[in-house]
Amino acid sequence: MRLASLMLASLLWMPLTAATTAAAADNVTTFALDNGMEVVVIEDHRAPVVVHMVWYRAGAADEDPGKSGIAHFLEHLLFKATDDMEAGVFSKVVAANGGRDNAFTSYDYTAYFQRVAADRLELMMRMESDRMRDLRLTEDDIETERNVVLEERNQRTENDPGSLFGEQRMAAQYQNHPYGIPVIGWKHEVAQLGLDDALAYYQRFYAPNNAVLVVAGDVYPDEVKRLAETYYGVLEPTKDLTARARPTEPPHRAERRLVFEDPRVAQPYVIRTYLAPERDSGAQEKAAALTLLSELLGGNPATSFLGQQLQFDSQDAVYTGAFYSGLSLDDTTFGVVMVPTPGISLSEAEAKLDAAIAQFLEAGIDEEQLARIKAQLRASEIYGRDSVQSLARTYGAGLTSGLTVADIQAWPDVLAAVTSDDILQAAWALFSDRKVAVTGYLRSPTSPEAASQVSQ
Amino acid sequence: MIRSFITTFVAFLMTAHTAFAAVEIQEVTSKSGIKAWLVEEHSIPFVALEIRFKGGASLDAEGKRGAINLMTALLEEGSGDMDAQAFAQARDALAADFSFDVNDDSLQISARFLTDTQDEAIALLRQAILKPLFEQSAIDRVKSQVQSIIASDLKDPNSIASETFARLAYGQHPYASNINGTQQSVAALTQADLFEAKDRTMALDRLYVGASGDITPDALAFLLDDLLLGLPESGAPMPAQVTQSLQAGVTVVPFETPQSVALFGHNGLSQDDPDFFAAFILNTILGGSGFEARLMKEVREERGLTYGIGSYLVPKDYAAMYLGQVSSANDRIAEAVEVTKQVWADTARNGVSEDELSRAQTYLTGAYPLRFDGNGPIANIMVGMQMQGLPIDYIPTRNDKVEAVTLEDVNRVAAELLRADDLHFVVVGQPMGLQSTN
Repeated sequence: MRLASLMLASLLWMPLTAATTAAAADNVTTFALDNGMEVVVIEDHRAPVVVHMVWYRAGAADEDPGKSGIAHFLEHLLFKATDDMEAGVFSKVVAANGGRDNAFTSYDYTAYFQRVAADRLELMMRMESDRMRDLRLTEDDIETERNVVLEERNQRTENDPGSLFGEQRMAAQYQNHPYGIPVIGWKHEVAQLGLDDALAYYQRFYAPNNAVLVVAGDVYPDEVKRLAETYYGVLEPTKDLTARARPTEPPHRAERRLVFEDPRVAQPYVIRTYLAPERDSGAQEKAAALTLLSELLGGNPATSFLGQQLQFDSQDAVYTGAFYSGLSLDDTTFGVVMVPTPGISLSEAEAKLDAAIAQFLEAGIDEEQLARIKAQLRASEIYGRDSVQSLARTYGAGLTSGLTVADIQAWPDVLAAVTSDDILQAAWALFSDRKVAVTGYLRSPTSPEAASQVSQ
Repeated sequence: MIRSFITTFVAFLMTAHTAFAAVEIQEVTSKSGIKAWLVEEHSIPFVALEIRFKGGASLDAEGKRGAINLMTALLEEGSGDMDAQAFAQARDALAADFSFDVNDDSLQISARFLTDTQDEAIALLRQAILKPLFEQSAIDRVKSQVQSIIASDLKDPNSIASETFARLAYGQHPYASNINGTQQSVAALTQADLFEAKDRTMALDRLYVGASGDITPDALAFLLDDLLLGLPESGAPMPAQVTQSLQAGVTVVPFETPQSVALFGHNGLSQDDPDFFAAFILNTILGGSGFEARLMKEVREERGLTYGIGSYLVPKDYAAMYLGQVSSANDRIAEAVEVTKQVWADTARNGVSEDELSRAQTYLTGAYPLRFDGNGPIANIMVGMQMQGLPIDYIPTRNDKVEAVTLEDVNRVAAELLRADDLHFVVVGQPMGLQSTN
């Protein structure tokens, strides 16, 4: 059953393969343009198709205080006019050439991409390079598009109690770092964003020396280089680009617990996240151990420890899981979740979850299960070659999250080298300090537990 | 600058049809007569296999709603001499992926396995398909997951909208109710119901197979018998055609949430209708996913009333609908509905322009080869083609069919198909200025 995807889509739960689509390095060529723009070319000549992506090292966590949502708002505005193109022309041209285009904003990056027939690459570069420096925004654009963004927030967040709960948990998790602020922005701040805010962010971050170009598909590095020099190479770099230094977390001195109640909640659950290290350039070992820990502890319910204990042996849970993504510029989180079966309260569920984690730490690592996970990791490199687009995303996201090409290519080997001792050590370090953790209950105000607390 | 830019863009347009993926499909027949379509692709050592049984969850027996959905979910929860955990371990050790899914019209099995361990993977998949156990403990466990999904759907505005719309549109047909069943119908299902549900659905007389990847036609022919022989020859009779019961109007479902979700539609066109291509192009212009589609332009780009609006031809096997969806804040949804109706009516009355038609044609013909990006998608497309009854040499002819549609065709179909006064809107939320009709 795909219960996880239905209920917990906001939890960053990802299949194992997504973490490891690293390239067979022989298909990958990298170089830099004179103005500092990094370029990655991934060759796949099976079909005459190309993916063209530009990734900026700027995301929601790089916003100024009080301007939450501006990174994402600007991403919408990039489809408006430039000095050479009228508003809406970008997507129109891509579509008229049979292509698909889109963009996405995260904490650490903003990315724009098109998928087209390989002979359209030059056109895509011409248009994408144009909007890197020459956007022409009007007050009208701002007004209408801000309403669109507010409706996007309504659709993704306000209409979904699970998303609202997630925002509250992140705000409690990060006491100083901007990961505590939602990517789409707080509603009251988004409502106030204006033209000047958009331009300030744009002028500061949208520059060739702050961008990564990824071109993947039926292309050759020499040709890509020639085109990239023609279109991107002529753009002025930003001279005083500062290093990305966000406010950092102070020591966490108190465990945080929260209860989120909403009448729209049909299925209560308990979830806990711990502050955890991310993949660092040249030092990915801890993150690799945590990646394997999340699989062993709470990957596939039929084979993971939490699943076996709580869904199979005791049937106390409808769903259990552990989740971790090491791809992050700054400290990330490791999470565990339990959706209890009816009749089990959230505090009982939390106790059972903690007991299962304690048992995991005592029992040690199941070597056979670890071997199976590693077999899947090896296979994911074969399967990954079938999707040049996901390979392109791996490079773009990695390079804008503080990693180098060498780090990205080393990742499968770093994962393969992780031992049971490494994993157990990572688990002990993670679970021993509740002060870095946020525990959340999501439930309806009419649930028996909520009612009993009111009457106490 | 704009002028020179547009010139280049036109030059590019002229070569739009040249980039075409070379996909060569072969038909393979096993010794016992099972047919499959194959695209050989030996450069990566794995195979993607797509298996479909036509009929799907609409074949639930009277009073057993949810049985086929529950049965499908249980195929990986114990078979042969393995329980769910042993099965998952064996599959993971082979690094194979199997997924089992079902919808209104078909039951789908998708598999991906390495060439190296193909025989073991197929033996394991055969066990799930032919020898599921449906043990009581597994039934109870998966039932509680399904019950959780049913409960969540009852409080989700999008699910409430689809369920309400389906009830209004499909009358007594199985399409009118959710394939998950209800809390009551699922609670009552027994092991015997699940074995019966399997025999109703998974039979050789409704089987379609597509394969793509590192496998030869001979090897695939053997594989088909190894994997599927032993299934019943025939299953339950297919459902009847839907008798349309949807009336024009508005149905408001009150639900406390800041943004209203609207689902709207009227009758559509079946896929074998001679006008389907004209309607398909018309829909790209009216409600396609790009910003330049009319609904997107008027409702989102011009007025900022929504994050997304789209319309879709939904040619199900036993009913053809034309549907759309839009979400707006409670105080703006009435305007979104009004603008949608105006665009619908205006397109019916005045048609589309020559320019819109040619841009849509270029988009559709250019986008078509992009679909064939990987073994999984190719296997999927081939199985879909077979179920639609398309010829094996269809792919290279498809874009010609799109190009052959004229402005007269599209505008004639627009006038016939788009009936703003027949649209029914289901609105879930607390919409201001909208009331249920009738």
